[in-house]
Amino acid sequence: MSTIETSKPVDAATPNYARSYLRFLWWALGEATNGNWKFYLWMFVLTAIFLVGANAWAYQVAHGMIVTNMTDHVSWGLYIANFTFMVGVAAGGVMMVIPAYLYHDKKMHDIVILGELLAISAIVMCLMFVMADLGKPERFWHLIPFVGRFNWPMSMLTWDVIVLNGYLLLNLHICGYLMYMRYLGLRPNPNWYVPFVMLSIFWAISIHTVTAFLYCGLGGRPFWNSALLAPRFLVSAFVSGPAFILLTLVILRKIVGLPLDESPSRVLIKIVRVTILVNLVMMISEVFTEFYTGGSHTASARYLFLGLHGHTGLVVWIWTAIGFNLVATALFLSPWIFSRNVVLVSACVLSFVGAWIEKGMGLIIPGFIPSTLHEIVEYSPSLIEWKVTAGIWAGGLMIFTVLLKMAITVFSRRSSVN
Amino acid sequence: MRKHSDASETKTKSGNTLLPVLNNSSTRRTALKGAAVALGLAAFGKAVSPLISIPENVSVDEFLQQHYKQLTDDDKKAIFARLQRETKEDYGADVVITDPRPIPGVKFVYAINLSKCNGNGKCMEACNEENNHHRGTNQSYIRVLEMTKGSMDMGKGTTDFNHTVPQDDKFYMPVQCQQCDNPPCVTVCPVEATWKEEDGIVVVDYNWCIGCRYCEAACPYHARRFNWEPPEIPSEEINPNQGYLSNRIRPQGTVEKCHFCLHRTREGRLPACLEACPTGARVFGDINDPNSDINWILKNKSVFVLKEELDTRPNFFYFFDS
Repeated sequence: MSTIETSKPVDAATPNYARSYLRFLWWALGEATNGNWKFYLWMFVLTAIFLVGANAWAYQVAHGMIVTNMTDHVSWGLYIANFTFMVGVAAGGVMMVIPAYLYHDKKMHDIVILGELLAISAIVMCLMFVMADLGKPERFWHLIPFVGRFNWPMSMLTWDVIVLNGYLLLNLHICGYLMYMRYLGLRPNPNWYVPFVMLSIFWAISIHTVTAFLYCGLGGRPFWNSALLAPRFLVSAFVSGPAFILLTLVILRKIVGLPLDESPSRVLIKIVRVTILVNLVMMISEVFTEFYTGGSHTASARYLFLGLHGHTGLVVWIWTAIGFNLVATALFLSPWIFSRNVVLVSACVLSFVGAWIEKGMGLIIPGFIPSTLHEIVEYSPSLIEWKVTAGIWAGGLMIFTVLLKMAITVFSRRSSVN
Repeated sequence: MRKHSDASETKTKSGNTLLPVLNNSSTRRTALKGAAVALGLAAFGKAVSPLISIPENVSVDEFLQQHYKQLTDDDKKAIFARLQRETKEDYGADVVITDPRPIPGVKFVYAINLSKCNGNGKCMEACNEENNHHRGTNQSYIRVLEMTKGSMDMGKGTTDFNHTVPQDDKFYMPVQCQQCDNPPCVTVCPVEATWKEEDGIVVVDYNWCIGCRYCEAACPYHARRFNWEPPEIPSEEINPNQGYLSNRIRPQGTVEKCHFCLHRTREGRLPACLEACPTGARVFGDINDPNSDINWILKNKSVFVLKEELDTRPNFFYFFDS
């Protein structure tokens, strides 16, 4: 205790870390809300979309879930689809952490916090999507361990509550500690963050595995009841997460104008070159098993890819996803991915949207069609659902922007002081 | 402290801003930010103002109400009185809410004779009336499948048939909650809002369910229903004989399911769907009673259950006469 106090240059008179940490947050938040007109325009647009979403959600709470297009047949829709996808984005950030900490990639280490901040924003979005999906949001406290009644370990949803909130806390601690130490001008003590970083690597895998187990553990839904689901979730997360980070890096370099090194982007591209192919192999494997075997278990896959008894609601979605994924794969494997930003940006956008469709509308919805009694009731999201979803995305992007600005301010501040 | 303000001032001076006047003073910028935050918060407050419906509709007592299994007899009395009062206010009907408990030693089992069922749908109508279902959608806990003779494939069946029954080449198969001994819906519920009682009936605490609908995804028999909107029932049609865990009017946003009419069957009566069936296809009773009809059927008929391969172990059986 005494050694820490003596090594503290700032706030040396008041050894109150709680207060000084809050002061740091306040200062960083103030700094993060400074910017040029592009920044204010970006935040203004996001705020507007977020408010539309918040209003739509409040309307849904007041009028009931009837304002969505979900039914007793398709009882999960756009919200849970986005939730599933965002868990993947959160887990995908780990693809920066692994090179940085396990392979000691120095350049990656310098910007690894970006992946961790992405994880924080994505998890907050996940929690918002779950809240939006609850029929009785005011009863959320029933889900809090020791306060409500927690059906642990039997319900996979309780596992998800634990791993998602745990992952959020882990990343809040890691990012908060590292930025705070920079702010104080101190060298971070590895004992205070490296063990948590190592834990977060396993934790990242766990959040997406548990989320897959939510679905693949249901015997009554043959479309989800596949052992390949969790591995496939992980692999596609390791496409969508790095793709988003690559896009962010391009924006930071080209629009914000930060002098970032190119080498972390190269590492991420090399990772996606592998994961995007593995994802395709897994998809082919699933399609083969479904269609070559045939039988009534194939009904959902048939509905998804070809349409069933004249119902073709998801066919356009899934073939769009497949098209996007194939083009993205070709672009990622081409040599121009390293040299031309337009190729990189197109590849990232296509693979990100492709994974979003594949894991959302292409995975959650067909699990319900046909229903367990083989009735076919189709689903397409209502305007309210789209508004709420857009609002949550805008909220997540706002959080990510502010967190990134906080980090950039803190880290560039030290170099300017030096 | 001094160091921080230095830093922010340097930042402001170097910052490229929309309004040049801001470069002169960091306090003016702070004031503008404060105004923007205030405006944003006000807009947010306006945006989420429909949420006022929660405190308007949910009393503090209801919000803080504990799980059914933690309620004392006094708690229950107060809650039932509150629910009766709310039903009077919202629906204009005088109802009596009770909480019949399982009869010790009894385990309820249902069976349907598919040779007799002719798809007339009276069971669905009776369920709708007995259980205070939403009238507009003809909601019921039962779905009757019209199946093609020669196949047990539900994919070849349909529930939305609209012609005279029975058709010669069809048979009819009503499906409702199978009251499984290994119920996936109970396993997945994150808050233990649904559980299996000693007489085999799977019930839901409608005041504890958070409405996540994981149980709906888990059930292999499409037995669960979600209250997408508040049920609309004319006050004169409301069944006043209500069970807390069965047919009381369910709140919007929660899940419900067939409960074998426990407010009737635990008092020695038969389920409404059975009483309404004109063909005599339905048989209900206590499996532990050696003299019951249901016991005779399970011993003497070749009964089967739906989706046996899922190991849900239903207490709902089907058989053909010959």
